[in-house]
Amino acid sequence: MKDSFYAAMRKRGYSRREFLRMCAILTAAMGLEASFIPKVAYALENKPRMPVIYLHLQECTCCAESFIRTAHPLLSDLLFNMISLDYMETLQAAAGLQAEEAKQKTMRESKGHYLLVVEGSIPLKDDGIYCTIGGRSAKDVLLEAAKDSVAVIAFGSCATNTCVQGAHPNPTGAVPVKEVVTTKPVIDVPGCPPIAEVIAGVIVHYLTFDRLPELTRLGRPKAFYNHRIHDNCNRRAFFDAGMFVEEFDDEGAKHGWCLYKVGCKGPTTYNACAITQWNNGVSYPIKSGHPCIGCSEPGFYDNFPMYDHLAHVPASAMPFDPDHFGKAITGLTVAGVAVHGVATGVIMRDRDKPDHPDKREGGRE
Amino acid sequence: MAQRIVVDPVTRLEGHLRIEAEVEGGKIVNAFSSGTTFRGLERIMEGRDPRDAWAFVQRICGVCTHIHAIASIQAVEDALDITVPKNAILIRQIMTATQFVQDHVIHFYHLHGLDWIDVVSALQADPKATAVIAQSISSYPKASVGYFTDIQKTIKGFVESGQLGIFANAYWGHPAYKLPPEVNLIGVAHYLEALEWQKDIIKIHTIFGGKNPHPNYLVGGMACTINVDNDNTLNMERLDLVATEISKAMAFVNQVYLPDLFAIASYYKDWTYGGGVRNYLAYGTLANQREKNNASDIFPGGAILNRNLNEVFDVNPRDLNQVQEFVDHSWYEYTGSDGGRHPWKGETKVKYSGPKPPYEQLDTNGKYSWIKTPRWKNQPMEVGPLARMLVGYARGNAAIKGSVDDALGRLGLGQDALFSALGRTLARGLETKLMVDYLKKSYDELLANIKAGDSQVFNPDKWDPSTWPDTAEGVGFTEAPRGALGHWVKIAQSKVNLYQAVVPTTWNAAPEDKAGKKGPYEAALIGTPMADPQKPLEILRIIHSFDPCIACAAHMIDAKTRQDLGNCLFF
Repeated sequence: MKDSFYAAMRKRGYSRREFLRMCAILTAAMGLEASFIPKVAYALENKPRMPVIYLHLQECTCCAESFIRTAHPLLSDLLFNMISLDYMETLQAAAGLQAEEAKQKTMRESKGHYLLVVEGSIPLKDDGIYCTIGGRSAKDVLLEAAKDSVAVIAFGSCATNTCVQGAHPNPTGAVPVKEVVTTKPVIDVPGCPPIAEVIAGVIVHYLTFDRLPELTRLGRPKAFYNHRIHDNCNRRAFFDAGMFVEEFDDEGAKHGWCLYKVGCKGPTTYNACAITQWNNGVSYPIKSGHPCIGCSEPGFYDNFPMYDHLAHVPASAMPFDPDHFGKAITGLTVAGVAVHGVATGVIMRDRDKPDHPDKREGGRE
Repeated sequence: MAQRIVVDPVTRLEGHLRIEAEVEGGKIVNAFSSGTTFRGLERIMEGRDPRDAWAFVQRICGVCTHIHAIASIQAVEDALDITVPKNAILIRQIMTATQFVQDHVIHFYHLHGLDWIDVVSALQADPKATAVIAQSISSYPKASVGYFTDIQKTIKGFVESGQLGIFANAYWGHPAYKLPPEVNLIGVAHYLEALEWQKDIIKIHTIFGGKNPHPNYLVGGMACTINVDNDNTLNMERLDLVATEISKAMAFVNQVYLPDLFAIASYYKDWTYGGGVRNYLAYGTLANQREKNNASDIFPGGAILNRNLNEVFDVNPRDLNQVQEFVDHSWYEYTGSDGGRHPWKGETKVKYSGPKPPYEQLDTNGKYSWIKTPRWKNQPMEVGPLARMLVGYARGNAAIKGSVDDALGRLGLGQDALFSALGRTLARGLETKLMVDYLKKSYDELLANIKAGDSQVFNPDKWDPSTWPDTAEGVGFTEAPRGALGHWVKIAQSKVNLYQAVVPTTWNAAPEDKAGKKGPYEAALIGTPMADPQKPLEILRIIHSFDPCIACAAHMIDAKTRQDLGNCLFF
């Protein structure tokens, strides 16, 4: 259980009288009448909202943009009822010295109790000149804020795998958060950006259950990164049946068939896109006709060309070579439908066997 | 003796911006704008498939998440002479208009609003009086006494908790705030409404592009197949969602954003600061033709010098003598000659001469920013909504002229009032209204086209690289919410061998040039009074009026940096 503000003050040796005087000063500083003092005191004596510091390092702010789109919880609920977002450059009213002071205050007064959220990579090359905030290097700013945090959440692909600026040859020496922060738990929440409700969900998980979420072996929350997009894809049946889009906007596309052959990285990408979907469950790339580009996987930019298909599909349930099989049926839709039925039947039968790939360890991350 | 003040980080914007200003006699007498982040996306692009380029350069910015991808695919389509099907053009235009509307509303309430609206003052408001004011300026249904009482209660509870979160340690009570408590309460209420609404309108991007931020695009068209008789494609349910969000957006802009803008502006008419460089540039947008210098375009392109609205110059991004970039005060150097370089001839070679972090102050006599200094025919140019509205106005575009004249009339202001921070903020709102109308129009056109039997969204003719010429070059130029955006690409043997972009915030946040001519941010700050130099509210107000986007502005580095300076990718 976290201390309330009052409890924290008492522990540091302040008397109740001093606490109430502080409440009066605080009330006046907020421009409120004296009648608010008891209310301020009450709030400070009770469980505070979890302080959160959100750092922007070397990034494009897509994660913050995604974060503000959260539909459950609504961002206003999160900000007003669940957390105290004490530092986030994109949204906070204060700037410069006043912003820095707000951050310092949280680090000082909520020592060991605040969550640190980081968006962006850390460019280590050339003494950190490639990203400075308030004249200090990104590494400096991160290490300082991480020191007394309860845990660090690395939001987005920049913070977890350095995303586009870390693609070969990584000219600024960008590294992910976990290479800099080694003394605190770091939870990786990858994606470019991660889904809004996933971002919010990771924070609320901690607030609600008072513990960090369970992680996959890659350090990502199991609740959102345990399965491949392929495993829950709405076009999966067509993959299994060997019915593929061969070219954008072709007959197969018009029927909503599988995008594997136009480059889909769904079979190697672990993310919640196919389940949670985007922007309050409206769609996700594959559903809207574009192949998954694999944005939550390390080094995804070096796995392009984007529209070339994967050489190998791990843990595939399909008993045939899509390159040869798909073409045969897209040219002949009627036959395709018949084959679909047969192929699905074969797969369903195979799935019951104990050594089927879906049942093996390799079928999971 | 002038006092040097530093604002770093400048918050409520995208990226890392630092302002150093000299204050003397309660006024800003000199100012320096510095972008302090650099990502160096250079070599990454070299040798890549041009059809993939959009996915990289889209990640320049997650706020302008749509428009960089559009400029990129347009540059590649221009280079390879690819004709895009009508449906795909309309879908892209719907997405562009959606981005403008969403982005401008977020900017007004969440990034810029708190420079004009005092949150704590809203606690003193009388909810009854607030409801009377709200109902007098708009037909928005959420305007009852109960509604404003509830909002005020929420804010009170928040403030009484002693944890002010994003509102902590700000400038509440600063003398530059002029709104009565009731108008502040309306502003705070709509801050919350806008927060909830912005996540919905963006679903339009999700329908066509699969997600937002960073939707997906396709060279030669769009990937969202249209088949109204299929469950896995764009069908009526999907399109209906778009239509519903457009209706909600029109209501929000007309009933919330614009009435608020006019109400707030009427209290700040005397705050005439923030004029800037006096020159304005637009490439134009939402025109199907490749050159966009016509009055009849939705947003025409052109250049205005020295605030002279009687003369508009044509702009040609292909002309080597028009758009050029300089590095005299940027942490780069050119090989051989100094002077400006057109993007085609560009070079981005890092030469950091700033202080080693941690540092207190930059050497502003030397190089002081990761942002370059772009010039149009050697002149510093402001880009963005104000530039677009002024260029459209000066070209005699009827919709734009009508909108500006009407707004000035309603506020009782002359044309000169446009050349200010307030003018910029007003222009952004007027533009949003034109955009949301255009959004509806584009949607109607899309449906009419589908109804007429056209469901094509992609042109496969030149998808296969074997159909491409050995070498090709192209330009994609358009308007981002923040201003003129250009991407330049060269393709050789089916691969990208040069990729460059000059983006809106590079124009606006640029450091001064060799002759000491200030960039737009810097020029706009000079002459502004500051009530308390330790509390930079006035600086924020002016800088935010431009809607900065610093990740866009900081240049990427040359493809082979220190070995081969020919191929550059920079932003």
